[in-house]
Amino acid sequence: MSAVNAWLSPAARLIALPAARGPWTQRLFSALLKHPGAEIDIRDLPLPERALQDDDAQLALYIAYELHYTAIDGVDERWEWAPSLLGFRAALEERFSRAVDDLVPACSVEETIDVGATLQTLVAQDDGPALSRFVETQATREQLLEHVIHRSAYQLKEADPHSWAIPRLSGPAKAALLEIQFDEYGEGRPERMHSALFAETMRCLGLDPAYGAYVERLPAITLATVNLMSGFGLHRRRRGALVGHLAAFEMTSSIPNRRYGNALRRLGYGPDATGFYDEHVEADAVHENIAAWDLAGGLARAEPHTAEDILFGARALLALESLWAEHLLGCWRERRSSLLASADTA
Amino acid sequence: MSPTDGPDRVTITPYRDGPYLVRGSFELLDQDGNEIELSRRTIALCRCGKSRIRPFCDGTHRLTGFRAPGRAEQPDALLDVAVEESHG
Repeated sequence: MSAVNAWLSPAARLIALPAARGPWTQRLFSALLKHPGAEIDIRDLPLPERALQDDDAQLALYIAYELHYTAIDGVDERWEWAPSLLGFRAALEERFSRAVDDLVPACSVEETIDVGATLQTLVAQDDGPALSRFVETQATREQLLEHVIHRSAYQLKEADPHSWAIPRLSGPAKAALLEIQFDEYGEGRPERMHSALFAETMRCLGLDPAYGAYVERLPAITLATVNLMSGFGLHRRRRGALVGHLAAFEMTSSIPNRRYGNALRRLGYGPDATGFYDEHVEADAVHENIAAWDLAGGLARAEPHTAEDILFGARALLALESLWAEHLLGCWRERRSSLLASADTA
Repeated sequence: MSPTDGPDRVTITPYRDGPYLVRGSFELLDQDGNEIELSRRTIALCRCGKSRIRPFCDGTHRLTGFRAPGRAEQPDALLDVAVEESHG
């Protein structure tokens, strides 16, 4: 990856196509190297049965979405809106969406009346595994590095998926989203952007902070947590779910991030390494209130029919984060890596 | 232009079960008059008393079950909360 990036400013995004993992990635990646719009025949491809656990399907969807975020080495940028790509993506989105639907219970009419209050209840009742507590007190250095590598799939583009909502909101909800995003993007100081703080943490830990450097190592469930927000973000009709996702994300962030900062301190790392986590303790204690009451509450007041999807987005975030945390803790209990083997060493 | 409108307006908002959010053009001083450094434009001040980065909020109110309205409290409401808690 570093070689690919050598001729670009470190701030510019360019990724290499990862190695294919199965029929969906093989079919997609070989098409992407052809002229934009080349046919991608999916009629003979087996539909993923367990979409959230399918390493091949999640990587194919991830790369299909990455066309909206980054340049891909050797891929014509016009692929982003090529009808054949969109058709391919839609087939995977349909399976993914169904799998998420199966995880998320339907919400009641009462819950939609005061969305801000319901979000507080959902977060308070969430009983996902105690990943941050484990990392704080017990994780080895290798496990901590794995955790950072998993999170790099999102944190190196932190806030970007939720920015898709900006042109789709209006009035108080839009102002609330921008109040959060301005802080996420460093309030005009590029070195304070949360994605830049995360890159600094990666550097301090001896990891490669280049965007996309570890895509090949990421299992299905990690990619699914990011595909969830990209999918909500790239479909205007899911603006409610996108807003609910952001609200639940912010509301479950301050305390875990304090623990992750403590984990780094326990292992002897200094303030440059913990800066990302320390910043999030204070920042997300601000954002969570704006996100729940002004953003989510504001959207529900402006467009009451979105309330149900706001709560769906919040529940989907909690459900997928829970599966992801279970994956990490489960692998670590069995004393094995939670990442996929790299193509070089496999 | 009065200080209550325009870009210099400062607002302090209690958020339900959470901190005070302060927005606008303001300074935060310690009791000796020294400026407390602000790392963002909108800040959250601890209202539950349990934050480890006071005067700022760090989200600890979620762990302690802190309850407070998002508006001015009324004496009657205080009584209701006390009654509710004694039954909870």
